[in-house]
Amino acid sequence: MPRITITVDGIRYEEDVEPRLLLVHLLRERLGKTGTPIGCDTSNCGACTVMLDGRSAKSCSVLAVQADGCDVVTIEGLGADGALHPMQRAFHEEHALQCGYCTPGMVMAAIDLLRDDADPSEETIRHGLEGNLCRCTGYCNIVRAVKRGAQEMGQGVRTP
Amino acid sequence: MTELDAGLVGEQIAESGQIAEPTGRGEIGRARRRKEDARLLTGHTRWTDNLQQPGMLQVMFLRSPMAHARITRVDVSAARDLPGVLAAFSGQDFADEQGSLPCAWPVSEDIVIPDHPPMAVSEVRYVGEAVACVVATDRYRAADALEAIEVDYEPLPAVMDMHDALTPDSPKVHESGNKAFSTTITSGDVEAAFRDAPVVIDRTYIQQRLIPSAMEPRAVLASTDGDTFTLWSSTQIPHVLRVMLAVTTGIPEHRLRVIAPDVGGGFGSKLQVTAEEVLCLLLTRRLGRPVKWSESRTEGNLTVHHGRDQIQHIRLAAEADGRIRGLRVELLADMGAYLMLVTPGVPMLGASMFNAIYKMDAYEFACTGVFTTKMPTDAYRGAGRPEATYAIERVMDELAAELGIDPLEARRRNWIRHDEFPYTTISGLTYDSGNYEAATDRAMALFGYDKLRAEQADRRDRGDPVQLGIGVSTYTEMCGLAPSRLLGMANYGAGGWEHGSVRMLPTGKVEVITGTSPHGQGHVTSWSQIAADALGVPFDDITVLHGDTAVAHKGMDTYGSRSLVIGGVAVLKACEKVKDKARKLAAHLLECSPDDLEFEAGAFKVRGTGASRTIQELAFAAFTAHDLPEGVEARLDSDATFDPDNYSFPHGTHLCAVEVDTETGMVKIRSYVAVDDVGKVVNPLIVEGQVHGGIAQGVAQALFEEAVYDADGNLLTATMADYLLPSAADLPAFTTDRTETPSTGNPLGVKGVGEAGTIASTPAVVNAVVDALRPRGVRDVQMPCTPERVWRAVQGTRGGVRS
Repeated sequence: MPRITITVDGIRYEEDVEPRLLLVHLLRERLGKTGTPIGCDTSNCGACTVMLDGRSAKSCSVLAVQADGCDVVTIEGLGADGALHPMQRAFHEEHALQCGYCTPGMVMAAIDLLRDDADPSEETIRHGLEGNLCRCTGYCNIVRAVKRGAQEMGQGVRTP
Repeated sequence: MTELDAGLVGEQIAESGQIAEPTGRGEIGRARRRKEDARLLTGHTRWTDNLQQPGMLQVMFLRSPMAHARITRVDVSAARDLPGVLAAFSGQDFADEQGSLPCAWPVSEDIVIPDHPPMAVSEVRYVGEAVACVVATDRYRAADALEAIEVDYEPLPAVMDMHDALTPDSPKVHESGNKAFSTTITSGDVEAAFRDAPVVIDRTYIQQRLIPSAMEPRAVLASTDGDTFTLWSSTQIPHVLRVMLAVTTGIPEHRLRVIAPDVGGGFGSKLQVTAEEVLCLLLTRRLGRPVKWSESRTEGNLTVHHGRDQIQHIRLAAEADGRIRGLRVELLADMGAYLMLVTPGVPMLGASMFNAIYKMDAYEFACTGVFTTKMPTDAYRGAGRPEATYAIERVMDELAAELGIDPLEARRRNWIRHDEFPYTTISGLTYDSGNYEAATDRAMALFGYDKLRAEQADRRDRGDPVQLGIGVSTYTEMCGLAPSRLLGMANYGAGGWEHGSVRMLPTGKVEVITGTSPHGQGHVTSWSQIAADALGVPFDDITVLHGDTAVAHKGMDTYGSRSLVIGGVAVLKACEKVKDKARKLAAHLLECSPDDLEFEAGAFKVRGTGASRTIQELAFAAFTAHDLPEGVEARLDSDATFDPDNYSFPHGTHLCAVEVDTETGMVKIRSYVAVDDVGKVVNPLIVEGQVHGGIAQGVAQALFEEAVYDADGNLLTATMADYLLPSAADLPAFTTDRTETPSTGNPLGVKGVGEAGTIASTPAVVNAVVDALRPRGVRDVQMPCTPERVWRAVQGTRGGVRS
């Protein structure tokens, strides 16, 4: 069984994994990182999105062995110094979550899209979040939250 | 990267609530940020699939690939021999103990409720029905083992079309035949209304089958200590589920605890007693180990109950000036293969709503429930009322077109005026309050109605390939399910009350316990606001407990936009009882008559003096019990059960403008305005969120979603790649506003809001699409109005109906 080394939310792990083990199952069932949920089996919903070496990735579409040597940040490790990340805070302020199941992935995707455009238009935000589905909010408040998060992050707040 | 500092996050969250200034002195009406958010935003969640138990095993189900077949052999022995596999069973192994999944709503005398085994024993009737299961140490081992199970099927004919199913020579889904029930309700002289009517509109609409698609797939965890059983489930209805599981499995109710931990959306789909819940309970009983089942999305699309799926024949008779004389509705409602918890009740929830906000002299509603070899249908956001609203609002546009008047004018000539409330409708409901004129005027102003009509005329004149359509929906709905007396008259198997409790803790903090079971609706925040105002305690000093039958022992749970209008009111009433007790204690301690006390800002004050006791001081005095008056118990804690006299009737006007590209069939929503009247509002932020999400789901039915089966009964939309849920890129921003006509049916003046957006929006969007194409002779486009269907309608071929 292959052995991988992976850093998740700042902690280094060495794990023997079956080649077929999905990264999301490694996170959830081996490492206890249940903050990252699973919403589908065709990589459409984006609920399982994490940062993989600094870019968003759907952890249901990555094998654990492919993440060997990688640095993973999940929603649980996003806040710096024990505080909420500005994007998490923006989601709270704008009521951008209801049931909260899509939220971890949505927050990750939102942060990632700001890397390509730090001050995105509404249209850019909507297209940037196309791979993340929400069934509760109708996306209006998510779009508002990403705008607010972008503003706050633009004001010198460090991103992971 | 450091661990999250719960204290710091808590402070941030607490601070943020202050950003929105209160609209008055109280909490009610204030846009409080949610208490629920911190946990959900930081991954500290308790979804059922996150939960672990010592020695826990993973369950997986083998599901039928056949829509209809006899099971002639199931061999699980090879699966049992695989490493890590503890057990494998077929339906035969459960036949003696699994009982039948319940249907709680026998809507008519003639209803046929077929036996519904949680695991198929001798016959399967839809693709996805469980035929065997494995129990293994983890999900990968379990998945391997499923492949080793052998099942032989003897195919039987699929029954897919409702009209065909009702013909005498149709193959049968059940031995009793394919008709589940039929019922007719008549009010007034319908024959007379249609006889010599100057205008008759006669239309047939298809409500396509939908997959509710809560983002959290279902999961079940069951454990036992040999005596008692605990079931965690991703459910909307822990209380109803406990009763039903006790009845179904024979596990005595007092030895069964049901917990709904964090639940990731439901929209009706988790208002169910599922096969997997029953079977996990039986498996933990049999194996003595905790067992968990986690649904895959494909499993979910196949086996979470579906919604809608009706054929609606609607006829409207009117005078030459557009005043409605009468309405006739004939429904065929696809039940799927079995009757689940409220399957037959769903179309009946629309029975009194086709007449909507309009006055008329006669009304007839007939419905036939039909069995097919598909996944059963059941409640999906709106349940019966979106169907009714869709049909009547479509027909009102047809009436306007027939008369050559504006669609809003056709409605004005028929709607109940604000000075006519309370108004008893032709279908027998009494609407307590409303102001359709005000909501419509506000919506038209926000929408820029006249300007858009002018642009539409211009585009028509120019023959612009992109045409503008304007869609109207002036809806009401009945929600707040429901008065127990009325549910009894409708032959529903339970009541519609709700329970609330308040525990006053020694330190002055407050625990509110509710029988509602939130899964995204923010009850913890809203109920805190209600209790804070009622008791005069700080919002942050209140916690709300729910979703565990051992903690919240009484409840009827969350569905049908009932939680605030019944459960929120129960919390208020429990708070009032706390105050009644506190008043007696305060009078004793202050040596005055209870009548001399006034309650203000959380304290009882003796009129005309400075003497007072805060409710927190009184809670502590009750705790120490050193000096209680005669006959007073050492607690202020109180319970209340609220049962309303009537349904709740939110209403509003939704206006939608679409641009339809007549060359490609592409529909783009240009603007959407919703003005809803949901009575008094406890938290405007949460209400707006409910409206947004509701509209999105209604738009999704209009434009995007459809569960498609092929002729053999295979579901072609079993994944999220095939079933088109709208993304952020597919939807516009919605403009929302409210008018406020307080409900007279409850002391908070509130109305339900959870389903209103979904009920209103579907006809607004489709009316807009049809409006854009009406000059080209199109009068219907079947939902979802995909580019192909719209294009075909424009071409006058299959998929659209030309007049």
